[in-house]
Amino acid sequence: MVRDLLVRGMLVGIVAGLLAFACAKLIGEPQVDRAIAFEQAESGQTSAAPHTHDHGAASMPAGHAGMAMSPQEAAEPELVSRATQAGLGLFTGVMVYCTAFGGLFGLVFAVADRRIGRLGPRGTAALLAVLGLIAVSLVPALKYPPNPPAVGEAETIATRTGFYFLMLLLSVVAMTAAVMLRQRLAGRHGAWNAALIAGAAYAVAMAAALAVLPAVNEVPDGFPATLLWQFRMAALGMQVVMWATLGLLFGWLTERAAAQQRRAAFGGVAALR
Amino acid sequence: MSDTAAVQVAAPPAIAAPLPLRDIAPWTIFGLLMLLALYFVGVEEGATALFSGMYVHEFVHDGRHLLGFPCH
Repeated sequence: MVRDLLVRGMLVGIVAGLLAFACAKLIGEPQVDRAIAFEQAESGQTSAAPHTHDHGAASMPAGHAGMAMSPQEAAEPELVSRATQAGLGLFTGVMVYCTAFGGLFGLVFAVADRRIGRLGPRGTAALLAVLGLIAVSLVPALKYPPNPPAVGEAETIATRTGFYFLMLLLSVVAMTAAVMLRQRLAGRHGAWNAALIAGAAYAVAMAAALAVLPAVNEVPDGFPATLLWQFRMAALGMQVVMWATLGLLFGWLTERAAAQQRRAAFGGVAALR
Repeated sequence: MSDTAAVQVAAPPAIAAPLPLRDIAPWTIFGLLMLLALYFVGVEEGATALFSGMYVHEFVHDGRHLLGFPCH
């Protein structure tokens, strides 16, 4: 049973990945290309440009100096061509990401189904997808939003990554706690009030985290505001596509499987009589 | 005998109990594998590195940006 949910989650994740990849190709890549063009124009002007996106010596944190390249090497032909990055590389990254989230979704569904209320498979999956979108994609991005190439200084990658995952972890833990809190309160305060209280608790916890964690603002001077906005909207669009596919398709398939099981059981009863 | 069996089978699945956590527990190993896959897409050869070189980072570069991970 858990196996079915895990496999179904990963299969649905593959579908979500295909849709998210289409989204990335259509609305994401144009922004990535524009950002790289900006970066190259900038580094052309300021020739030194040690922190650009060309992955040279300065782009690695100090701890990895052993494998760092000299600036001269950094200017050599790219390790992976732009065409591959924007094609097979993007496809691989998005597919692995979505399939992995699909598998995790299936496992979380196995725990949550019939534990977080009697919503049925479709309702449970849809609710989990909405909560996942909020906890994994939206709230961490309020503090540490997705950034296009040219935004972000190489020297701070380690701290930025650390804070991003700390924010992600806090958000997921707080959301899990809020769902459990709602369960405990539902008997005493009713479903609607319990959900409101739990939602408020999550919001307050996240507001505190957003206020306490350090801000990162490394947008270079002159970087087009519209480009930054459009890049982030494209990134958000991919997340919405992924979570919507996971929630809706997974729920539909699970309900269909449950109905088939019921029919099989009913057929068994009829045969016994 | 067959009556008892029929009653048990016919119990409506809608109010069936949730999957026992002890049945789910062994599958968390697959959850960890999923997280490992996410690590390679999101972090490897960025903030931390299991392999030397930049190939993984460069290969998934665009995806890493668009999926919201800090990249460089």
